[in-house]
Amino acid sequence: MSSRAITGLRTKRALDVPGRRRRKTRGSLSGWLFVGPFMVVLIAMLIVPIGYALYLSLFRDQLIGGNHFVGLANYAQLLQDSKFWSGFLRVLVFLVIQVPIMLVLALVAALALDSARVHAAGFFRIAIFLPYAVPGVVAALIWGFIYGPQFGLTGSFNSAIGIDLLQPFTPTWILTSIGNIVTWEFLGYNMIIFFAALRVVPTDLYEAAALDGAGPLRTILSIKIPALRGSMVIATIFSIIGSFQLFNEPNLLKSLAPNVIGTFFTPNMYAYNLSFAGQQFNYSATVAIVMGVITAVIAYVVQVRGTRTENR
Amino acid sequence: MSTLTRPAAAVDDSVVRRSRRRSAKGSGSGLREKKSLPLTAIMIVFLVYSFAPLFYLIVNSTKSQDDLLSTFGLWFGGGFDLFANIRDVFTYNGGIFLQWFGNTLLYVVVGAGGATFLATIAGYGLAKFRFVGRRLVFAVVLGSIAIPGTALAVPTFLLFSKLGLTNTPWAIILPSLVSPFGLYLVWTYAVDAIPTELLEAARMDGASEIRIFFTIAVKLLTPGIVTVLLFSVVAVWNNYFLPLIMLSDPRWYPLTVGLNQWSQQASGVAAHPIYNLVVTGSLLTIIPIVVVFLLLQRYWQSGLGAGGVKE
Repeated sequence: MSSRAITGLRTKRALDVPGRRRRKTRGSLSGWLFVGPFMVVLIAMLIVPIGYALYLSLFRDQLIGGNHFVGLANYAQLLQDSKFWSGFLRVLVFLVIQVPIMLVLALVAALALDSARVHAAGFFRIAIFLPYAVPGVVAALIWGFIYGPQFGLTGSFNSAIGIDLLQPFTPTWILTSIGNIVTWEFLGYNMIIFFAALRVVPTDLYEAAALDGAGPLRTILSIKIPALRGSMVIATIFSIIGSFQLFNEPNLLKSLAPNVIGTFFTPNMYAYNLSFAGQQFNYSATVAIVMGVITAVIAYVVQVRGTRTENR
Repeated sequence: MSTLTRPAAAVDDSVVRRSRRRSAKGSGSGLREKKSLPLTAIMIVFLVYSFAPLFYLIVNSTKSQDDLLSTFGLWFGGGFDLFANIRDVFTYNGGIFLQWFGNTLLYVVVGAGGATFLATIAGYGLAKFRFVGRRLVFAVVLGSIAIPGTALAVPTFLLFSKLGLTNTPWAIILPSLVSPFGLYLVWTYAVDAIPTELLEAARMDGASEIRIFFTIAVKLLTPGIVTVLLFSVVAVWNNYFLPLIMLSDPRWYPLTVGLNQWSQQASGVAAHPIYNLVVTGSLLTIIPIVVVFLLLQRYWQSGLGAGGVKE
């Protein structure tokens, strides 16, 4: 898709490999010796499934007539499918609210750690990162228990304050409940990415800023935040992918909130349930493709825009 | 990690120097920047948020099923049943948990190990060789980073069921072998970490490319390789969606799918809740991966910086 978009990340230097012309043939053989196995697996596990999904999405399996070519009829149906769009809207709302909150929190934590003014910074760094190592399933199970009325904490909390303030499994709260789980899982991961980027800011920039009389806030706004642009683009892209592909957390909470989380709560759950409950493989492949394309396009736009501002 | 630790150390220096300058004007106590209580307090809030659920898990793994339902969630109950719970986890249903643990290990060793190996040799190849089709490979790899893996899960399942691969370990291992981001990490790392002159010298001495890779490159790439391995291990260890759709036979389940199956037993027609086993099983599932992270922390802390974010 996007050789251009990535260029912001590294490229120019890397593409100027110090190869020599006369070595080209030998380099070609050796190069493919190393790159070949990866490309074979990539094609078999990535390109072929995409091709197969595209192929499936052009067919329909019907009681009368069997499996037959329908052109873009599945896509036309999807455009009209309110179940799909309600799920899409839901993950879009989720994305617009949860991702900025998570990234800002991660940024605050990373800046605090980088300021060198926090006691026991190394301990905090590792401890806050640890939830990333917890499998999403386990995270959803733990938080599900915590939310739950049976032996959770919300019940204790509500009875302590006397009103039913927290109701994690009601339609109004459910997205917040899921957003909290996702934030918990990835806050530390994003913090580490930002922190690592801050560590490689050239020292002379800070020195120059200090000489110019810049305070901590000024240094953050003028040096640190711009230096984080590349890693923010990466973090945003991964968060966008994560939001649009939301599946694990709602699917696991579904058994606790069966009336709130339906079979088409997110597009991925819809695709899953179409395949495994409905046996509608062709339509399910269509959903997967459309969501994949939307995700990739938005990730691409973020990449390009992030890179362009960078070259300003 | 030389490219990373050096600037990092330099930043520390400047902080010290700046504070020295500042302290000369001000109170004039220490050499280091004064620690700030408000900033530390902010970090404590983050810490509590990150740790509370893990604390909850630890506390509740010591409770019996009855205590779970009757005592306050954030503190220990009457009895201490951790060991009884652990025993029950391992013996329940003919020791199926141990089977799931073994499956997870198999998927991690072959899947994440294979993914790391493929990403390493390919990253090295991209960084150090000029070959026909290189730009194409480059574009395909970078493009595929943005392709969400979960979007491919259903199509891959459909393909695998045509090939008769579902419900076998291959259904989990084969898709795990692809790691475009891992390749990207190794590639950016290799550009700096391996001096091309060194490779040229080895070639002059008549060493074969494969030998050069295993004797010279692997050593220089080790921090990058460990980082990629670590993140592949996490990805496979935590994988849920793929095994959920690929496997129908519980004997092939990894821990994640198995635990969820236990948790689902609580609802439905033949409800038979085993919450204490779910809680304790969850705790046992995260311990190995947390230990690995703590042991290898110096790799991921700096290795992440090498990925994606350098210019």
